Amino acid sequence: MSVNTNALGSNKLKRRASLTDTNLLLIITIAVFIVMYICAVLFLKKGFTKPQMFFNILNENASLLVLSCGMTLVMITGGIDISVGQVTSLVCMACAVHLEKNGGNVFTSILLALGIGLAFGIVQGFLVAYMEFQPFIVTLAGLFFAKGMTTIVCSDRVPVTYEPFVKLCRTEITIPFLGSVNKKGIYVPAYVEVGVIVALIVVVVLFCLLRWTKLGRNFYAVGGNNQSANMLGINVKLTKFLAHVLCGLCAGIGGYLFFLHACSGSPLHAQGAEMNAIASSIIGGTLLSGGVGNIAGTLFGVLSLSTIKMIVTSLGLEDAWWTNITVGVMLCIFLLVQSVILARKNNKK
Amino acid sequence: MTTDTKVQSKGSAGEFFGKIIRNQLFIPIVALTLLVIFNLISDPGFFKIALEPSSTGNLILSGNLITIIDNASELVILAIGMTLVTSASGGQDISVGATIAIAGSTVLRIVKGYAPDIPGSQFAGMIIVSFLLCVVVSALFGAFNGALVAFFKIQPMVATLILFTAGRSIAAWINNNDNISINDKRFGYFGNFIPGIPVPTPVFITIFCIIVIALVLKFTNLRLYSQSVGINASSSRLNGINPKMIKLLTFVILGVCVAVCGFIKVSRTSSITYSVIANNIEMDAILAVALGGNNLGGGKFNLTSSVLGAYVIQFLTTTLYKFKEIDSSSISAYKAVVVILLIIISSPFVRKLIEDFKNKREAAKAEAAVGKEKA
Repeated sequence: MSVNTNALGSNKLKRRASLTDTNLLLIITIAVFIVMYICAVLFLKKGFTKPQMFFNILNENASLLVLSCGMTLVMITGGIDISVGQVTSLVCMACAVHLEKNGGNVFTSILLALGIGLAFGIVQGFLVAYMEFQPFIVTLAGLFFAKGMTTIVCSDRVPVTYEPFVKLCRTEITIPFLGSVNKKGIYVPAYVEVGVIVALIVVVVLFCLLRWTKLGRNFYAVGGNNQSANMLGINVKLTKFLAHVLCGLCAGIGGYLFFLHACSGSPLHAQGAEMNAIASSIIGGTLLSGGVGNIAGTLFGVLSLSTIKMIVTSLGLEDAWWTNITVGVMLCIFLLVQSVILARKNNKK
Repeated sequence: MTTDTKVQSKGSAGEFFGKIIRNQLFIPIVALTLLVIFNLISDPGFFKIALEPSSTGNLILSGNLITIIDNASELVILAIGMTLVTSASGGQDISVGATIAIAGSTVLRIVKGYAPDIPGSQFAGMIIVSFLLCVVVSALFGAFNGALVAFFKIQPMVATLILFTAGRSIAAWINNNDNISINDKRFGYFGNFIPGIPVPTPVFITIFCIIVIALVLKFTNLRLYSQSVGINASSSRLNGINPKMIKLLTFVILGVCVAVCGFIKVSRTSSITYSVIANNIEMDAILAVALGGNNLGGGKFNLTSSVLGAYVIQFLTTTLYKFKEIDSSSISAYKAVVVILLIIISSPFVRKLIEDFKNKREAAKAEAAVGKEKA
């Protein structure tokens, strides 16, 4: 009995201790998102009172969400993958050409997307983990390669007219009990696209993976300290390799979701998506030095980032530069907060 | 006796080759040679240089080689600053392209206010003022990056991510997103040709920059300090170096390099496109540093090999452009393949493999010799 209470007590202590670093960053992110959204609802009113506005954010950023989750995994192991944006673009183009010109069907196009993502993940993971190259350089080469391949596959925009796929794109899943009355007085239920459901499934799966599986805990161990993880008997190389493979797979899925949303392939798709993914992960509380991060944080990072963009556009500052500047400022603030927290943590030691 | 000397000479030759292979300049020079040979085979006229009258009637040098050296100017200047930053902070600045846009925008903001036919002295004054302002602005942005890296201990790539996202927008904001084009021909002198001189002006600017940085490295402790900070920041602090200030300084120097690049860039076209100017140049600059065999994790550096690396990258780009069937935007795929090959060849992993292989062979030889003696 006494042992039991002891264990309980230590558990509580642990919880309180862990609140200082990982969870604090997560709480800040969630708070920022909620405050921002409430402010938008109170002051902007226009669309933000409608539930559909929130689901639109999800609809537009389903692909970014998946990309950021993959990025979070790699960043937790202490690496980085900057090729995901261009891989997305390549997946869109390859699938579009596959559907339009080569007479493929939806199922094979999904396989193609996953295959491209996996291929990038495996090659880059091998080079990073087993050949010990710097992840930045390897994935930079991957970025170049994907960018070039996209234009080699086709250099123009390819709109998709393949009937079953277009149907899939247009599918709207209505949300029960949420909706709004439009100008004509007709009740319009809120909806999400198919991609959002897939993205949320990916988020839940990766969340569980990081939280409750051995592999997930290994990611944290490797990112926290390479050498001690090695001494604990963790296969560091394999873990890093798997992180990159998962990230590649996420890029494949994210690419297909982007394709679903855009319904076309173009070399200009998903420009700079990798930076958005990195930014969302950082805002979500993932440290670039590795070892700290959370998929739930990433989810809120993506939401905060896209809410900012939404607010900026609805403020009437339609020039694209304001979005970028606000995102930059926000990134700056979050980085400073992170650095202060880290410094405090080091001082305590 | 004779066999003895033979063995010795062979050993020294092996040592000599080993020294060459271990030299940092080895990889960029080999890459350059390969490119030259490839071009000579595919197109013997590739290196032809001609003195031809340009569209304005002045005699200018033209030819692929001149184009390469001319277009590489910005990359070389950037590579200098990037090498210093890499050395001191162990990371790279990915915001240089965006900061070039800011610098160029600043220059145009000043120059656009003047009438196209002001007298020479006034024009010179205006150019100097605009250049100085652009140097100050870029140095400030460099200092911003440097402060984040040095004082807040944020990884350089992440700290510069801020300007990478916001930089081009700031550049557009400086000029209210106007499309500016300068009609004064004299403004284009700095990016093209000065009448009467057949060599493009950016080449002179590059040479000037290289000389300045060489003098700085020769007569100051910058090289020693930045290397020691890059290798071990805390122990160099204990030895009386202020690592924070050194890191900040390297970022400011990179900012000045960026200002020069921005000035050349806008002068080349007398106009600016905010989203396209110096696109992807940060990647090329980092690759130049990596190709030069510098450790991207900080520490020792060799500026000569970085500069050579920059020329190799530009050479590669121009060579790829020569193939008519290659689309200009798909060039990056081919570049990626070449870069991956170069990195694999230059990686410590492969070198270790080669050395292991050598050692094993020698060991086998020695064993065989021992076996023979016993027999």
